[in-house]
Amino acid sequence: MSGHESSYTPTNAFTKWLDTRLPLVRFAQDTAINFPTPKNLNYWYTFGGILAVCLVIQIVTGVILAMHYEASIDGAFASVERIMRDVPFGWLLRYIHANGASMFFLAVYIHMFRGLYYGSYKAPREILWILGCVIYLLMMGTAFLGYMLPWGQMSYHGSNVITGLFGAIPLVGESIQTWLMGGPSIGNQTLQRFFALHYLLPFMIAGAVVLHVWALHVPGNNNPTGVEVQDVKKDTVPFHPYYTVKDAFAIVIFLIMFAVFVFYAPNVLGHADNYVEANPLVTPSHIVPEWYLLPFYAILRAITFDLGPIPAKLLGVIFMFAAIAVLFILPWLDTSKVKSMRYRPVAKQFFFGFVAVCLLLGWCGAANPDDAVIPALQGESKLVVSYNDGNGGEATSEYKGGSEAYVDARRFMDGLPEDANASISAVPAPTFAFRHLSLILTFCYFGFFVLLFFLGLTEKPKELPESIHKSVLKRHKDAEAAATPAE
Amino acid sequence: MKAFRIFTAGLAGLVLAASAYAAGDAKHPHAPEDGWPFEGVTGQFDQASLQRGYQVYKEVCSSCHSMKLMSYRNLGEPGGPFYDPEYPNPNDNPFVKALAAQNEILSPTPNDIGEFDYRPATPADTFRSPYPNVNAARAANNGAAPPDLSVITKARHGGASYVYSLLSGYPDQDAFVEREVDGEKVTYIDISKLSTHGGHGDEHAEGMLKVNPGQYYNPYMAGDTTPNYEGDPRHAPAGGFLAMPPQLVEGRVEYTDGTPATVEQMAHDVAQFLAWAGEPKQTKRKSLGLAVMVYLGILTILLWFSYKRIWRNVEH
Repeated sequence: MSGHESSYTPTNAFTKWLDTRLPLVRFAQDTAINFPTPKNLNYWYTFGGILAVCLVIQIVTGVILAMHYEASIDGAFASVERIMRDVPFGWLLRYIHANGASMFFLAVYIHMFRGLYYGSYKAPREILWILGCVIYLLMMGTAFLGYMLPWGQMSYHGSNVITGLFGAIPLVGESIQTWLMGGPSIGNQTLQRFFALHYLLPFMIAGAVVLHVWALHVPGNNNPTGVEVQDVKKDTVPFHPYYTVKDAFAIVIFLIMFAVFVFYAPNVLGHADNYVEANPLVTPSHIVPEWYLLPFYAILRAITFDLGPIPAKLLGVIFMFAAIAVLFILPWLDTSKVKSMRYRPVAKQFFFGFVAVCLLLGWCGAANPDDAVIPALQGESKLVVSYNDGNGGEATSEYKGGSEAYVDARRFMDGLPEDANASISAVPAPTFAFRHLSLILTFCYFGFFVLLFFLGLTEKPKELPESIHKSVLKRHKDAEAAATPAE
Repeated sequence: MKAFRIFTAGLAGLVLAASAYAAGDAKHPHAPEDGWPFEGVTGQFDQASLQRGYQVYKEVCSSCHSMKLMSYRNLGEPGGPFYDPEYPNPNDNPFVKALAAQNEILSPTPNDIGEFDYRPATPADTFRSPYPNVNAARAANNGAAPPDLSVITKARHGGASYVYSLLSGYPDQDAFVEREVDGEKVTYIDISKLSTHGGHGDEHAEGMLKVNPGQYYNPYMAGDTTPNYEGDPRHAPAGGFLAMPPQLVEGRVEYTDGTPATVEQMAHDVAQFLAWAGEPKQTKRKSLGLAVMVYLGILTILLWFSYKRIWRNVEH
């Protein structure tokens, strides 16, 4: 399973016997102990290990939670609270699992941005990157299915929105939607199938992770310089103990942050409405997904116009899925031969811009699309009086300004005849709203990938270090040189 | 470049904070003046207040609101209002037994001859529900079923402060004005007379708010007052209407411990009780959290020195 020579020699009769039948010890030695790893990996490279820990935590807590959970629309909400109240340490399991999803996504986003920055998707690691995208897609599916299970208001209405997306597909959309829900609407059958799939998908993730690690171990790790390993002795160290200890340190730091959420702010990342049992007849005023899906939600809602024969809703769905699909073809979109953005001064600027765009999209996803981005810049609402003009038509009269506008509007209304049926309403002043910002950011999001294509053809990269070993030595020398005058 | 990175990090924080808030246009709930004793890393519930809070729930709220996720035994569990260290099993706690027995419930299990009969509750039973089902609750309350209160503090932005603010935040009597419109009596609230205690007062607060029969205005309720506001629609007051009339009037309950039953006191006690009931294990959660933090802290230090030692001869 790895691209390097095996350095394992069985030492006793049993391991010799085993090695010729099932080389389990050799396999473990080669992949987790002796595996040559570039010695210049920084802390951004510890998130792979952190993610493995997250997956194990989610599966272990999830399996135990499933022992106590009841997948029925009458019992789901109460069974989740029973876990919180009566199952020994059930509250701990549930809070770890619920916050664990957020931690998992936090880590995966950092992991993905790291891959983007250091060009870890480029040859010979395209399959590795695509497998990562598959894992990410499975994670989003699993998280969405899991969010349904507590059967709260957001669970119900959120899944209504997401299954509704499939209804936007022409011709077959409605059939697909019915097939997903298991009936004409979300009900007990939907909850049961979502639960079954929520239990299944994590094991598919685990399978994809095995392939991901395999695909990592054939070409070996990328590294911050993006220069491939040339001399195993000089450029690399064995994975154990060098990276086991470094990863362990980073994992514990990550767990501290995780524990702060679990023990001191367990509900801060959730939504209060999800503690209200699902009620199909009452729609929450503001349906929002969990934070990690907000950027895609913003893209979905950003498209409010029809494009030729494509209705706005379908276009939004297309853009949302395209935002994920574009990641799959990234290895061929980026034309630059230089991997690490350390040596790509222009691409580097755009990379940080892209990170900002993703975060701002998340902000837009959480906001009401019609609200002003900067409320202070929104002018005062105008008053509109609508009334019957006496000839059977509707007429309106507008008033702008402060409280005197209201006095004028009132006086006008009082002057109208009795049967004019006048009513007054406030119309907000036009402003730069979140739906405008979302649209701009959506184009920036896709623009970044287009830009990578052209940038690779024109950008003049900085000089690359000759080898990993040399880059390390140079950095140390530079640091010493910089330290001396400062003293 | 550096500034850009800091900007990005700031954005990340902002986005996380923004995603947690998506509420309506109600007045922001506020905690009582002295704050809540159960907040913070080492917060604990005030047991006397929890006991009074249970009394308020029992005597006032429970005539309309159920608490289906609570059992009487919960009252005697560690951290609960009637916990007694002498009875580690709350089912043996005589005080809890007596509290349970005050309620007559329809037995959930059939008797020897297969009939369901009424009997006094035991600590193992769940709290008595005022209505047999949601349809009955709706029918008895003008079409609005009173929500279950088991997890109400987790189900509303502001938690216990929301409950406290809502219960003590109804407009005062002197703000109400009765007017004759087309031969019918209509109730209005004079917004200029609303006391603006706690929250940020609205600068343009004048005008009349029409109150429909069976509805009650509360500035902390999520909703929209514009359709009922007779005044500048741009300055319609915060809050909304709910079907629950103000419940806590001075002296509504007579506290067994002699505490004067002011509106604020009762709202404070019942809000604290509901905060406890929403998550009875929360003090345990925080104390375990402290031990976990100490453990992880020590582990971090050990791993840091292991890391330094293992890498000491490798330039990286």
